[in-house]
Amino acid sequence: MYIIKRFFTMLVTIWVITTLTFIIMHSIPGDPFASDADVLPEEVLENMRAKYNLDEPLPVQYLLYLKNLVMLDLGPSIQSETRDVNTLIADGFPASALLGIQSLVIALIFGLILGIVAALNHNGIIDYLSMAFAIIGISIPSFILAPLLIKYFAVDWGLFPVASWGTWLHTVLPSLALATAPLAIVARFMRSSMLEVMNQNYIKTADAKGLSTTGIVIKHGVRNALIPVISFIGPLAAFLLTGTFVIEKIFAIPGIGKYFVDSIFNRDFPVILGTTIFFSTILIITLFLVDISYRIVDPRIKLTSKGD
Amino acid sequence: MIERSNDNVLFRPIDRSRFNQEELVRPSLSQWKETVLKIVKNKLAVLGLILLVVITFFAIFGPHMVSYSYSDQSLTTRNLPPSSDHWFGTDALGRDMWARTWYGARISLTIGVAAAVIDLILGLLVGGISGYMAGRGKIGDRVDSILMRIVEILYGIPYLLVVILLLVVMEPGLWTIILALSITGWVGMARIVRGQILQLKEQEYVSAAQKLGTPHRKIIWRHLFPNMIGIIIVNLTFTIPQAIFAESFLSFIGLGVQAPIASWGTMANDALGVILTGQWWRLFFPGFLISLTMFAFNVFGDGLQDALDPQAKD
Repeated sequence: MYIIKRFFTMLVTIWVITTLTFIIMHSIPGDPFASDADVLPEEVLENMRAKYNLDEPLPVQYLLYLKNLVMLDLGPSIQSETRDVNTLIADGFPASALLGIQSLVIALIFGLILGIVAALNHNGIIDYLSMAFAIIGISIPSFILAPLLIKYFAVDWGLFPVASWGTWLHTVLPSLALATAPLAIVARFMRSSMLEVMNQNYIKTADAKGLSTTGIVIKHGVRNALIPVISFIGPLAAFLLTGTFVIEKIFAIPGIGKYFVDSIFNRDFPVILGTTIFFSTILIITLFLVDISYRIVDPRIKLTSKGD
Repeated sequence: MIERSNDNVLFRPIDRSRFNQEELVRPSLSQWKETVLKIVKNKLAVLGLILLVVITFFAIFGPHMVSYSYSDQSLTTRNLPPSSDHWFGTDALGRDMWARTWYGARISLTIGVAAAVIDLILGLLVGGISGYMAGRGKIGDRVDSILMRIVEILYGIPYLLVVILLLVVMEPGLWTIILALSITGWVGMARIVRGQILQLKEQEYVSAAQKLGTPHRKIIWRHLFPNMIGIIIVNLTFTIPQAIFAESFLSFIGLGVQAPIASWGTMANDALGVILTGQWWRLFFPGFLISLTMFAFNVFGDGLQDALDPQAKD
């Protein structure tokens, strides 16, 4: 029951975003061909407007857009003659997805390890070092870290390519730049979660029963401490996604993030509209899946509508 | 049958006359004094606070310490490294980096504080109404549920995407950024405030006050507000750096404040092209200061959170 309700909230959210972006995009005065109006004959302009449905009244344009959206057609691009928004997304998605997933995996694996080690070493040197690393990692924005990584790892020491995309080596520096802050956040989150769990009575019971320390840490500690961290994957995905905008720009990676930023500068409204809806949908679906899996993993949380 | 005897080895009565039960172990402190004492003990939080004061000081007075303005261009002083004349060096247009960096600090702090204050006001208003109306008859529940549906939907919309979208269509400028940042930013605060109020409403002292006929306004100001203020301040110390980060992020991709106005994000973006030519000061000063500000807010916020947590008694 909760899942169905949650699913409808998700659909409504996507619809609200679509409508909002549509209204915002069309509230701009003038049309995209205003600058061509002096050079091109009126008939050509008419044809162009008709191609992008700009000759229809706004409500009709809106309904047409919704109709196409339901059929997963995001419409043509204004800047690019040959590629429509769907093709742009299909072209850019593999690079962005690889970058995002690789960073997510790096952030989760190393963040969790760091958090667990810090918690087990509570108030020891390792704990202080990991938390110092974590707080520095959170403080440095990725767009400051990325140029530094390029300067040292690519230019001075020549370990990795400077920029661009192609081999796996190209993905290393951008993934590191993107993953550092989320890694630090995961580490801090896991540490405090782990500290709380290790203080619980069932840990003391397990210890009193004479179970091995490793067994207690892995079976009772980590497993329970992971549950709140799962709920954090949603915001983490949002963080990584917006992070790809700057990372793809800095490293000149042909991903959707770069197309999105480019389309902002070209004022290519169908592309802005399409990519925004695409990004939002991916994020909202991620949040939905995380929410559902969180409730399935932790049997203490009932799948009811009154969640919090 | 359990045998009761005085020679039980495990449980023996204590001679209570040895203890003075009325003695105060520690001085009685108001919540505020205790919070301040706890923060002062936390060295990292004190460091964060000092850094914030220093950064604010230079944001206010820094640009006036040199004779150059943030926008003065000069062909003869292009790309100079830091020297006694230009303390932070100059950029590709010969502008003084010291003046630009601290002017940027001013912009970043203004945006951070203004966005956070607007978030706070809207969040208090919506969260307060929603939490107060909940459980107050049919109409009250309806108001609460409508407000919460709106909050829920807005919460699901990716924050930076909406901000980017708004900035694309609005006139660029300081207030546009503040407006764009606060249009969805208040949602988190509203959720916190509502949750707090729902929790506090259940407390015995609130229902006692209600039963004694205390007027609503007095309950709000005497019982609800003082108990919420800690969590609200902690939340502020996290929303301000978030807004500063968002601003520098947006300026970095070209949607923030427009030239010639300086901001840490635009300066970092300008420095991208010259990072390989050895002009380290172009990226170092704005980059270091963004990171330092983030660091200061984070450690101070953490310290404040620990200090206000009543369960963390030492």
